[in-house]
Amino acid sequence: MKYAEILHRCFRCGYCKFTLDYENFNCPPYRKYRFDTFAPGGRMWLIRAWLNGEIENSERFQEILYSCATCGNCVEHCAFTFRENLVDIFIAAREEMVNGGRIPPPVRDYFKAISIHGNPYNLPAAQRSSWAADLPVQPYDGQEYLFYVGCVGSYDERGRKIAQAVSRNLIRAGVSFGILGEREPCDGNEVRVLGESGLFEYLAETNIALFRQLGVRKIITLDPHAFNAFRKEYPAFGGDFEVLHYSQVFSRLIESGNLKPGNFAARVTFHDACYLGRHGGEYEAPRNILRAIPGVELVEMRQNRANALCCGGGGGNFFTDILGGEGDSPSRIRVRQALETGAEILVVSCPQCAKMLEDAIKAEGLDGRLTVADAGELLDASLRGH
Amino acid sequence: MESIVQALAGIVGKPYVSASAEERYFYGRDPGLMPAHAPDYVVLPRSVEEIQAIVRLAGREKIPLVPMGAGMSLSGLVIPQRGGIVLDMKRMDGILKVNEAARYAVVEGGTSTGKLHAHLNRYYPRLRFSTPDSPAAATVAANVMIHGQGRLTQQQGFNSDMVSGLEVVLPSGELCRIGSCALSDDWFSKGPPLPDLSGLFLGWFGATGILTKVGIKLYPRKKMRDVEIFITDSPDFVPGILYELTHTEMAEDINIFAQPLPLIFSGNHHIVIYFTGDSAEEMEFKKRTLFHALDGFIKSKDGGFMTVGEGMKKTLLDMPQRSATTFADVTKGGGFEYSGPIVPIDRYPQCSRKLDELAVKYDLKYHATARIIDKGHAMMFAFSFTFNRADADMLNRTRMALSEASEYALSIGGLFWKPTLDEQRIALEKMDPQTARLMKRIKEELDPQGIMNPGNWEGI
Ligand SMILES: Cc1cc2nc3c(=O)[nH]c(=O)nc-3n(C[C@H](O)[C@H](O)[C@H](O)COP(=O)(O)OP(=O)(O)OC[C@H]3O[C@@H](n4cnc5c(N)ncnc54)[C@H](O)[C@@H]3O)c2cc1C
Ligand code: SF4
Ligand code: SF4
Repeated sequence: MKYAEILHRCFRCGYCKFTLDYENFNCPPYRKYRFDTFAPGGRMWLIRAWLNGEIENSERFQEILYSCATCGNCVEHCAFTFRENLVDIFIAAREEMVNGGRIPPPVRDYFKAISIHGNPYNLPAAQRSSWAADLPVQPYDGQEYLFYVGCVGSYDERGRKIAQAVSRNLIRAGVSFGILGEREPCDGNEVRVLGESGLFEYLAETNIALFRQLGVRKIITLDPHAFNAFRKEYPAFGGDFEVLHYSQVFSRLIESGNLKPGNFAARVTFHDACYLGRHGGEYEAPRNILRAIPGVELVEMRQNRANALCCGGGGGNFFTDILGGEGDSPSRIRVRQALETGAEILVVSCPQCAKMLEDAIKAEGLDGRLTVADAGELLDASLRGH
Repeated sequence: MESIVQALAGIVGKPYVSASAEERYFYGRDPGLMPAHAPDYVVLPRSVEEIQAIVRLAGREKIPLVPMGAGMSLSGLVIPQRGGIVLDMKRMDGILKVNEAARYAVVEGGTSTGKLHAHLNRYYPRLRFSTPDSPAAATVAANVMIHGQGRLTQQQGFNSDMVSGLEVVLPSGELCRIGSCALSDDWFSKGPPLPDLSGLFLGWFGATGILTKVGIKLYPRKKMRDVEIFITDSPDFVPGILYELTHTEMAEDINIFAQPLPLIFSGNHHIVIYFTGDSAEEMEFKKRTLFHALDGFIKSKDGGFMTVGEGMKKTLLDMPQRSATTFADVTKGGGFEYSGPIVPIDRYPQCSRKLDELAVKYDLKYHATARIIDKGHAMMFAFSFTFNRADADMLNRTRMALSEASEYALSIGGLFWKPTLDEQRIALEKMDPQTARLMKRIKEELDPQGIMNPGNWEGI
């Protein structure tokens, strides 16, 4: 296994499962399960035990490995120099499991759906652009930017609304962009983190070839997960594109005066998406959008930026739902944290977070007290009528 | 076995019981060097009532029960020597109260030292507790259980001396309060002026009961904190230096470190002096007093203050000090363990020389650290070795070095701190037989079935 030589260096001290100030545990699966085996150190020790033949690939072990949200909190807070590789190690162990052929059924189903249908929803590619049916969005044809929407933005009800709002804003600002529609392949970020490196390679190469063929140089992504794959993983396959998350584009457009948000009175709090924040190093762009909307009062949750608690959707959990469920699932804890701020809107910058947190609000019975809006949607609402 | 799992699930809920190979593997060992032994079950209780029910079940079924915090004591104290149930206490992590005026906090039996530290920083910036340098996950209850030491130990004694009350589930399942909290809801004293019953539990490693609440004394937190380092190349001067420094009553904490690597530290003993103040004048005065206290050593050229760079200051002022943990990776091997006997401070030179000798004999990377206890009545001297977890030979050499260090410490009048089972046995054998018999009677009276962390303080 890749990185196997690092495993024994974990002291199982547990710094990785905290926030920086130690006020809270911040590894999402640890928050839910509370066995040390579900904390990063537990994973390190168990992976080593598995490779040494001391434990087997059981259902429990699969649950332990696949409940990791790849949120990167441990990378941020582990006390040791190998911390940079922690998420890579957990992904490598999943790869090993995939290669061995015994993986959790929802993960297997996810790979199958992507292989056969090109998306996890088992829906036809033809529906990929239906979200844009009522919008003057053009197919990509040499425009300045490719707007890469991704599977969640294309098929998920919640994601589609965000894709629409983001497009409206791009159109208002006069950005030259087009979409791939039914030609758009999955970006493969979740395929990779779930351990199917072969399928990821195929998707990356397919995307890169298509982008090249179409002459794409600049990409705006809706989903921070695609943002991550394009920026960090595609260069290894020769895919060197200028990649921006839509929040970065809007932040720049606002700064340059090309987008002038209108009034929108609301007390809001902001949830950092792991693949934009901890993995992408971008904490300010979405906040810049919020700060620029007159009437918006931004109150931070105690755990923000590098200390934000993941919604529990990362690492493929959005699709496999291993981390969902009970009262201490990360998304439910996160909405309680949002509620503590007194905010009425929980703002996100990722369609996966939007869905996870919206479901959590329902499960917590907080309907009417807290709603979820994407930063793109809030900007869209503020711009309506302007 | 299945029926026990069901009974436990009936108490704490199914998600919080495991008899799976994964938990049995992980909870069957700690980061130290003691041999592993798997539990049969791992259980995560959330309330006192759940613990009482688990203890009663264990009593009925004669199942061993081992409470565990973060498992950071390293000497095998949470390894279930005879299987049974490991009770991971960390779901009980509330901070139940802070009495600002009387300066104490009451925490649950699994609350981490990191969480208490953060809570005080945030809500009570004028209060602090004696934060140990163990990883932040280490629990307050376990830390006092093993007579830990922290940043205020130089001033106030062992962290267990700072306990201000206990709530304990006895091996019978009964709930018992110790100290002023037995009479009222005030947790200001663990015993005095009544008989101090806390000694029936503290230092027993859970073998006489499970701490479900701990009252811990808090102390003034000054606005400023700084650190200076005095170095000397001879261990023989260290006790005298410590005597002068503690005489000033100006230091917050006094630690010593000596290590061969990196080379800038080689050959010297570094006496790290922390001090605090509420104003620049107070800091200046304390610093001057501490400096003057060592004039004699400076004049005779037996030592001097070194310049402490900003980076080093930051590392030293960190609480808990993460660098204490990262020592484990010096050999890129993830392992570190120490024998940390409590010895009179005049034994520093002997301990230091012994450590040098052991490092050569067993070919190990080492680190000496010491923390002064209660203005110099004693010190914890850590014979620390870092090892590569993947190198079986090195593991063995480290075990031998540690064992030899402990034996040596005992031979020069030291006491084992958080002793391994072997060290406990050696201590009981060396002890005044009447004292050992008293311990045996206490254990038998409280835990007649011998189910509580069995193996510990046994064999008398
Ligand atoms: C890098 C490093 C630095 C350290 N520095 C320090 C230091 O500066 N000062 C210091 O004092 N120690 C230090 N330690 C030692 C140790 O980590 C700490 O003392 C720590 O507080 C132990 O807490 P824990 O929760 O990990 O205990 P554990 O190892 O989980 O438990 C210790 C003992 O307490 C028992 N126990 C746990 N919880 C309960 C309970 N609720 N009721 C009854 N019994 C219980 C266990 O059965 C066990 O016998 C250090 C360790 C490391 C690895
Ligand atoms: S991953 Fe890092 S911080 Fe976490 S237990 Fe291992 S060494 Fe400690
Ligand atoms: S990446 Fe996140 S979920 Fe995974 S082990 Fe690290 S902290 Fe836990």
